[in-house]
Amino acid sequence: MSVRYPRPMLRRSLLIAASAAAAIALAACGKKDDAPAGAASAPQAGGAASGAAPLKVAFAYVGPVGDGGWTFAHDNARKKLEQTFGSRIQTSFVEKVPEAADAERVFRDLVQQGNTLVFGTTFGYMAPMLKVAADSPQVRFEHATGYKQAANLRSYDARTYEGAYMAGVVAGAMTKTGTLGVVGSIPIPEVIRNINSFTLGAQSSNPKVTVKVVWVNEWFNPPQETNAAQTLINAGADVLMQNTDSSAVLQTAEKNGKYAFGWDSDMSSYGPKAHLGSAVIDWSPYYIASVQAALGGTWSAGPGKHSWWGVKEGAIDLVALNAAVPAEVKARVDQVKAGLKDGSFVIWKGPIAGQDGKEVLARDKVADDAFLQNIRFYVKGVEGQVPAGK
Amino acid sequence: MLKLEPRPQPSAAMSLASPLIALALTTLIGVAIFVALGKDPLQGLRMFFWEPLRNGYALGELGLKATPLVLIALGLAVAFRANVWNIGAEGQFVAGALAAGWVAMQADAGSTPLIVVPILLAGVLGGVAWAAITAALRDRFHANEILVSLMLVYVAELLLQYLVYGPWKDPAGYNFPQTITFLPATQLPKLFTGTRLHIGVWIALAAVIGCWWLLMRSMAGFALQTGGIAPMAARYAGFSSRAALWCAMTLSGGLAGLAGALETAGPLGQLTPYVPVGYGFAAIIVAFVGRLHPVGIVLSGILMSMFYIGGELAQSRLGLPKAITGVFQGLLLFCLLACDTLIHYRVRRVAGLGVRGVDKEQR
Amino acid sequence: MDAWALLIAATLNAGTLVALAALGLLINERAGVVNLGAEGMMLVAAIAGFAAAVHSGSDLVGFLAGVGAGALMALVFGALAVYLNTNQYATGLALSLFGAGFSAFVGQNYVQAKLGPRPAFAVPGLADIPFIGPALFKQHPLVYGAIALTALLAWGLTRTRAGLVLRAVGESPESAHALGYPVRRIRLLAVVAGGALCGLAGAYCSVIYTPLWVEGMIAGKGWIALALTSFATWRPARVLLGAYLFGGVTMLQFHLQGQGVQVASQFLSMLPYLATIVVLVLISRNEGFIRANMPASLGRPFHPGG
Repeated sequence: MSVRYPRPMLRRSLLIAASAAAAIALAACGKKDDAPAGAASAPQAGGAASGAAPLKVAFAYVGPVGDGGWTFAHDNARKKLEQTFGSRIQTSFVEKVPEAADAERVFRDLVQQGNTLVFGTTFGYMAPMLKVAADSPQVRFEHATGYKQAANLRSYDARTYEGAYMAGVVAGAMTKTGTLGVVGSIPIPEVIRNINSFTLGAQSSNPKVTVKVVWVNEWFNPPQETNAAQTLINAGADVLMQNTDSSAVLQTAEKNGKYAFGWDSDMSSYGPKAHLGSAVIDWSPYYIASVQAALGGTWSAGPGKHSWWGVKEGAIDLVALNAAVPAEVKARVDQVKAGLKDGSFVIWKGPIAGQDGKEVLARDKVADDAFLQNIRFYVKGVEGQVPAGK
Repeated sequence: MLKLEPRPQPSAAMSLASPLIALALTTLIGVAIFVALGKDPLQGLRMFFWEPLRNGYALGELGLKATPLVLIALGLAVAFRANVWNIGAEGQFVAGALAAGWVAMQADAGSTPLIVVPILLAGVLGGVAWAAITAALRDRFHANEILVSLMLVYVAELLLQYLVYGPWKDPAGYNFPQTITFLPATQLPKLFTGTRLHIGVWIALAAVIGCWWLLMRSMAGFALQTGGIAPMAARYAGFSSRAALWCAMTLSGGLAGLAGALETAGPLGQLTPYVPVGYGFAAIIVAFVGRLHPVGIVLSGILMSMFYIGGELAQSRLGLPKAITGVFQGLLLFCLLACDTLIHYRVRRVAGLGVRGVDKEQR
Repeated sequence: MDAWALLIAATLNAGTLVALAALGLLINERAGVVNLGAEGMMLVAAIAGFAAAVHSGSDLVGFLAGVGAGALMALVFGALAVYLNTNQYATGLALSLFGAGFSAFVGQNYVQAKLGPRPAFAVPGLADIPFIGPALFKQHPLVYGAIALTALLAWGLTRTRAGLVLRAVGESPESAHALGYPVRRIRLLAVVAGGALCGLAGAYCSVIYTPLWVEGMIAGKGWIALALTSFATWRPARVLLGAYLFGGVTMLQFHLQGQGVQVASQFLSMLPYLATIVVLVLISRNEGFIRANMPASLGRPFHPGG
């Protein structure tokens, strides 16, 4: 470290202060071109469809568009929007927006750039979106996987547990050891519900399966996902399921000669022999409906406005089933799909028992959305305790 | 051929010019990167150097981002000058946020806005406590403070995760990992409507003055720095290296913890697993680019904030990749370190002498 | 029983990653230069290796690319720290921070890329021995390479002339210079060699360990490697053991979860880092012990000609 002398410090401080003053003066001059183009335009109620400026739609992603999982699925749906609506809309996205204080700035900037329909694709954006929504009543906000709404903000989600159930049906039929493994991301109700649904599906093929769970405590961390998957395999699991976002689990299964499922997107190319199927989310039906409503002036939000779409609406599917899956099992999966589509089949219908054997859902009782959203227990067949669940 | 020749004494002019040259170099490389990526370099420069200064809201965001950077960098500057390499400021930031968050959660309907004071104090104490672990291990067991403080960063982050997933989780939060949203009484008073800027700015400026006085005018600061530059001389003069260690660690820990408290009671308003955003590491760059001098740190803090915000805007408006911010920050530090050589060496052209002859001697 | 064999195998795999980097850092630290840029070098090497392996279809090309990337970054560091005498700690930090940003930047196009099917390895014959076979003999060649490297370094540092010169430069560069050795060139070579090994470790991570690229995938292992060289008191064999210890603790947390141990998973995740601190404290406790083993000029710049 160089030694410092007092006098040059003073000289230097003056010089720097002078340049700072100059910079601020420049900035003050720049204030005139303050008003960003189009920010003040209110959403045209019914007018946008008739040759007016295209509807500007923006997406905020938590991960990189190339992650092959969660964000990839959202971005694919965005591209479908462009195909469907052509010149009537103009889409843009910002990726890797952290779920922290910075997100608010990003949303404000999106509003400033003239976007009137803004999608925030992860839970952690809820607080910043609510703040920005309160300040921008003319902009429509859609928040994925959240639970708070406002006059101009509504939430949406996908019934990923239906995909988990269908994967379970296949898993229960394909396991030779009777032990299944799940690499858990974060112990929130959504993930616990998925683990339970996977178990229920497996039990419909093989009532004696047990399910082991290892938690990575992150959505996306391939090296840790690899370690977790390896641990499950070491513990005897021969079919793996994941709620994390990368293909590491599938690749580990491939390396060890076991089976696994893809999650969020079609991951079959990552583990051709190991891949049994991918539980995918297709956000485009919802996005198309939302844009349609915005263009037609029928978009509305408010407390309680939460859309939860699944197989019935085309948002969830189990795809790319391995050729090694017996035809009988494939037929059962198709039956489940058809049943979910026409409402004749319900996954969460009693009798369902918790780990201690006590009934959590009485015989023939159908669980409502409130029940499903608050699941913090494991069903019978899952080993271990729900981490830190209160 | 060109040769580096040691100067008889360090050049004061270069000490001043070096950060500016480094900035210019970084900008040049930046322009090259923009062009290589097929983007208009002028637009790119505009995003980084103009947009963050454009209007009141932008300046507010700039100040908001610079506040924690400056606070942490001030503490680090004191520590580095004393040759105490506190690399774990990020962990002390988290510890401060945890302590402050805990106090904020104790607020109830009857709390007055004065609760902000204990919240900030708790943040300072949290940071001090976390840094004290490193100081104690170095004091008692001679454990290297770089490694210990760094390991403690990971421990602090995991502790935060444990608390927000477990005991501190909002029972009405659908089991999502977050604490309750803190009551409005705990929010830091804002300075101007329309921006998120809060009183943290004044606190940071006060810290700048305090650190300047400590380093440049006080005996304690003199003792600290002597210990850093010439440990033998310091010992001879009776300056306790132990005192220097503890002073440096607790000060830098306390300031980092304060920054954590300001973030929590300010823009965040609750604790989530996303509290740590890397300010503790970025502050290292801020400290160096600011020449470990309080005034320099203010300027380099503002510069670093411009990089952050500019990088965000470049992504959102120009489609440039988000990672570009990290590249620029690292480049800036590299260029600075390279330019710093010119403080101690000058470039001379040497003619005539056989290259072999010169080399053998200078080996 | 089987589960333990598999745990040992996983430990070897995880430990090799850190061991390779730590052995590299040992080389340059023995010469007196501390390179805090390990994390950055490993990250850049990881993406370089992964990208090269994706484009060429060959793991070997990936490893070479990783080695090259690590060496190149170390060269930049060496030019600054050894020849221009910049502060070693600051320069190393700059390398780490730059490496993190640069690797993320370059890597964005590779987040979805994948490598071909990963081959399974087994030492013929030995792999079939019950328990010991699956535990020890089904590893990638680099795992055994790390062990061989450790032996080579241990022998080389104490029994060859080159090793002695390296250590002399680290202990007292002034004396070495007076004896006519090109101190700065030796330091630079040591730094580049260290960087090359860190690069190999980075490529191993992204090509073999988790055949993927994701930002920040080294996740602190570069820093762990730095800690390792310290508390292994700069002896190759201890470095290797320490690396396996670390790998074991990393795998242990998942193993314990899988066995249903009722400790919050976050605390289990802390184990590797806490273990590192504990060992560091135990080793450093005896100041004389550390001082006797640490290369005397570690971290200090060297000016030829006074």
